[in-house]
Amino acid sequence: MRQVLAAMLLVLASACATTSGDELDPRDPWEGFNRGVFRFNDTFDEYLAKPVATAYRKALHQEIRSRVGNFFANVQDIFIGVNNFLQGKFEDGVNDWARFAFNSTFGLLGIHDVASEWGLEKHNEDFGQTFGRWGAPPGPYLVLPFLSSSTVRDGLGTAVDYAVAPLGEVRPINLRNSLYGIYLVNTRSELLEAGRILEEAALDKYVFQRDAYLQRRRSLIYDGRAPREKLE
Amino acid sequence: MRAFMKIFLLSLAALAVPAAAQDLAPDALVKNVTLEVVDLIAKDKEIKAGGRAKLVSVIEAKVLPHFNFTAMSALAMGQNWNKSSPEQKKRLTGEFRTLLVRTYASALAAYSEQRFDFRPLRAKATDTDVTVNVRVLQSGTQPVTLDYSMEKTANGWKVYDVMVGGVSLVANYRTEFANTVRASGIDGLIKDLQTKNRSQAEKK
Repeated sequence: MRQVLAAMLLVLASACATTSGDELDPRDPWEGFNRGVFRFNDTFDEYLAKPVATAYRKALHQEIRSRVGNFFANVQDIFIGVNNFLQGKFEDGVNDWARFAFNSTFGLLGIHDVASEWGLEKHNEDFGQTFGRWGAPPGPYLVLPFLSSSTVRDGLGTAVDYAVAPLGEVRPINLRNSLYGIYLVNTRSELLEAGRILEEAALDKYVFQRDAYLQRRRSLIYDGRAPREKLE
Repeated sequence: MRAFMKIFLLSLAALAVPAAAQDLAPDALVKNVTLEVVDLIAKDKEIKAGGRAKLVSVIEAKVLPHFNFTAMSALAMGQNWNKSSPEQKKRLTGEFRTLLVRTYASALAAYSEQRFDFRPLRAKATDTDVTVNVRVLQSGTQPVTLDYSMEKTANGWKVYDVMVGGVSLVANYRTEFANTVRASGIDGLIKDLQTKNRSQAEKK
């Protein structure tokens, strides 16, 4: 872990040195630093995360991977509900907790998403969105090591997400770590197509991903009903 | 004889399409085209086996006529559009079109097996600029929204932007285009797009 951090600092230092003098985007004042972390993440992804996710995908049938995804998604519904309550969306919060109740029981610990079939729709909420709903501006764009695109606000939100995550309470520790491992690999495997599309679509992957992230978060905070920014 | 009848009927159908597309309401148009293309993909062994050339040709024939690529390029270029010569505009639109078609083909190939939920259109009959909302439903995750921004033209409704999960494709290219134009001019951007398109074509 120590060596990883040292290597990262090196990458960052060199990145900061190479990208001065460019015109900066007001949303991304730390672009030099961010590009350094982005490159680090990309390298990590190319040599470790993506190959592992690809192998995982080849080894396990789609049906099984989908069950694994459902299991983790079900656990997350608890705090998706909490966030909906914190944002004053009580009906949505009740929906999320009902999902958790039905999927944990009839859905066999969440591996079957029966609630969706019964019309209880899955939501997308986290603490970053709750802070945004409360009026917190995103702050500067921030690329986090391993976790990739974020902002100052969303980064703080992610810290809270992890601090309260039920998965973190699992004991013994090695079971918890195994669960985290499976979760990360499964999540990465679900993003293989999206990653390929990004490669195909972007002229500058860093800029394309950043702009998509910022647009996406804005849309999520408004639950998909963001006032349209008029292009001219 | 039967073969002849079939050809005859098909050509009649082909003749009928442009007129029908002109009269069709924007939400009905999106629904018809989406279902038709998804159905074609599902039935085509070549596409299912990863035949991208075939998929692109299906999209070219079925989807492209309903997109206004000049408007999309103008929006993505912003102020730089008016600084471009007619020749530059033409080449830029052509390259951007190739890039968007390929991206769209990849996205469709990835999501074609999902269920679609076509939302009723919330617009007045006199509106000439509307958003058609579609949702892609998938088990275990939140539905992905596809919002088509459409404008009424003399040749029927045309799409000028697509928002995927709240991310506008056109808006997303704005910073990239502006950065490239600032660094290497409009011709530099056209060249970058060409290089990108060529490198992706070779990969296939």
